[in-house]
Amino acid sequence: MAGSANPGFDTLAVHAGAAPDPATGARAVPIHLTTSFVFESSEHAASLFNMERSGHVYSRISNPTNAVLEERVAALEGGSGAIATASGQAALHLAIATIAGAGAHVVASSALYGGSHNLLAYTLPRFGITTTFVRPGDLDGWRAAIRPETRLLFGETLGNPGLDVLDLPAVAQIAHEQHLPLLVDSTFTTPWLLRPFEHGADLLYHSATKFLSGHGTVIGGVLVDSGNFDWDRANAASGRFAELTAPYEGFHGMVFSEESTVGAFLLRARREGLRDFGASMNPLAAWLVLQGLETLPLRMARHVESTRKVVAFLAGHAMVQSVAYPELETHPDHALAKRLLPRGCGAVFSFDLKGSREHGRAFIEALKIFSHLANVGDCRSLVIHPASTTHFRMDDEALARAGIGPATIRLSIGLEDADDLIDDLKRALKAAAALR
Amino acid sequence: MKLAVRAAGETRDGYAYTGGKAFDANQPCVVLLHGALHDHSSWTLAARWFAHHGHAVLAPDLPGHGRSVGAPLASVEALAEWLLALLDAAGVAAASLVGHSMGSLIALEAAARAPERARHLVLVGTAYPMKVSAALLDAARDDPYAAIDSVNAFSHATFAAKPSYPGPGAWLHGGNRALMRRTHDAQRDTNLFVNDFNVCDRYTGGIAAAARVTCPATIVVGARDQMTFASEAAELAAALRARTVTLPCGHALMSEAPDALLAALRGAIVDS
Repeated sequence: MAGSANPGFDTLAVHAGAAPDPATGARAVPIHLTTSFVFESSEHAASLFNMERSGHVYSRISNPTNAVLEERVAALEGGSGAIATASGQAALHLAIATIAGAGAHVVASSALYGGSHNLLAYTLPRFGITTTFVRPGDLDGWRAAIRPETRLLFGETLGNPGLDVLDLPAVAQIAHEQHLPLLVDSTFTTPWLLRPFEHGADLLYHSATKFLSGHGTVIGGVLVDSGNFDWDRANAASGRFAELTAPYEGFHGMVFSEESTVGAFLLRARREGLRDFGASMNPLAAWLVLQGLETLPLRMARHVESTRKVVAFLAGHAMVQSVAYPELETHPDHALAKRLLPRGCGAVFSFDLKGSREHGRAFIEALKIFSHLANVGDCRSLVIHPASTTHFRMDDEALARAGIGPATIRLSIGLEDADDLIDDLKRALKAAAALR
Repeated sequence: MKLAVRAAGETRDGYAYTGGKAFDANQPCVVLLHGALHDHSSWTLAARWFAHHGHAVLAPDLPGHGRSVGAPLASVEALAEWLLALLDAAGVAAASLVGHSMGSLIALEAAARAPERARHLVLVGTAYPMKVSAALLDAARDDPYAAIDSVNAFSHATFAAKPSYPGPGAWLHGGNRALMRRTHDAQRDTNLFVNDFNVCDRYTGGIAAAARVTCPATIVVGARDQMTFASEAAELAAALRARTVTLPCGHALMSEAPDALLAALRGAIVDS
């Protein structure tokens, strides 16, 4: 609740984690482009390394600019802290690697970003971590896939490519019944649309490349911990989380859950994961994401407002077979979206043209304002035709298994005038229709 | 470490964090006591510093909090007796007693009950009397999470305490809220919020206790504290003839000003 005692979302988006620089008085967040930080004395150095004091040593582990971003995203999500990473993929890897090793198992939604699917399906198995994929709405499937070696459940708040809405309260309950944490990718929704911790998720991450930064200028990720998952209790019940509840020889024999009751996960993720895997964020990138965050509430409101207009236009167009947007009653998760996403379902969605791959290509090539590229969450409107780009090697049958049609188009609605976007789409639809 | 603590005729397991080193009762002991709805993790930075600089550290979870099992105790007096029993269990004859907020009252009362066992007394974020508004207690009965949010907001003086606690990237408001919620929720039969804040509110022996304290005393307050206002420690400071150190922070002194607080603790315990 916003007010004198409890800062609201918009206030936190501008202020959380940042104060005027004590050395210079700079009001905006300084960019600390430095690898390392001078120790006051040998004793001070030792105390920093031994976690007797808080502070910065080396920018792979922590950096003052990154710390502002980390605190700000944690504040917006209602979390206890965060770690900025080199990319969203690095955040996902860091989350898994912190609590899972060879022999461990993940249960994940089948409706995932392709990069996440690649990591889970092909790359992590090389390191002994396997994944069972379940349809996000198949609650019995989630439950049945859990094994003794499972370490976490994972899904996207709005799944690729059909915008499946993850039933966060239900999946979180399944996870918690088995003493497991629920990790979610919250990139498409941002905390302005959905705060997963309020619905039972324990960990989340963003590809900050998308809406958090918002301007298509930077690659980055942020991993956030709610601080709510009791690793000690879960380990006592299942023996699954020794990484956080038993002495770690790699860092002074530290028992992370003893060191920080609510910060154990992030302590290990930073003290081991950033230290050893090294996928940290560049401070300049952190600053760019911060610039975006300051206007996140304004941008998201506009993204959603324009998306609703575009969706309404497309849903009524003769050349459009279907539109996958959960605010439409035709979407299978419409009721769930109304419950979990009252502010809107984001600004990325897919629709199917009536026609073939050629119609899809013709549509893309006729657009003037939409940029044809492989990204989402930009202030510029973006478009991609999966069948001729990201999934071009697949035949129609394989595409169908991935939930993609030959003329499926994915849009990311930007901040231009909605009427101009609709005019652009009209022109392109006319060009596609001319192929008939 | 776990300790079998015998107090008020019963023995139950207590837990004390020892600062990342094995406890050695032959070294000078520093006891760090947490406040209402908290646990030892409020003190880990200072605990680690003292443990690695020639001290034996006990940062206990008070009964019914964190890893110390059982029902919470309902008065400062009972908690002071428990603390002295904890020292017995650890084989500690005398210690420097440091407490934050509710923990400061426990340290004060223990130093008064057993003056020979207190080498130094450091009261952090303290006030006397430590009155709690009836409205807050009523709110805590009806909606503990709302009351926790209120206390959390009033405990922090800034949106950007640097270098944060326990390390960079920690959002103090969020971590503190999560800790208070978890500590509260662990007690199923007792409203821990109401219990702990009643412990503070009902303590009436502060000035009398101060008169019995014989060790050097230091009071550390936050200039921007809105839970225990700095001015509300003045009477206690006078009664204890204590040195008062004022830090530029709110009630969450350990997390908002960890370096300045460590300097104050060193001044009170090591350099005195």
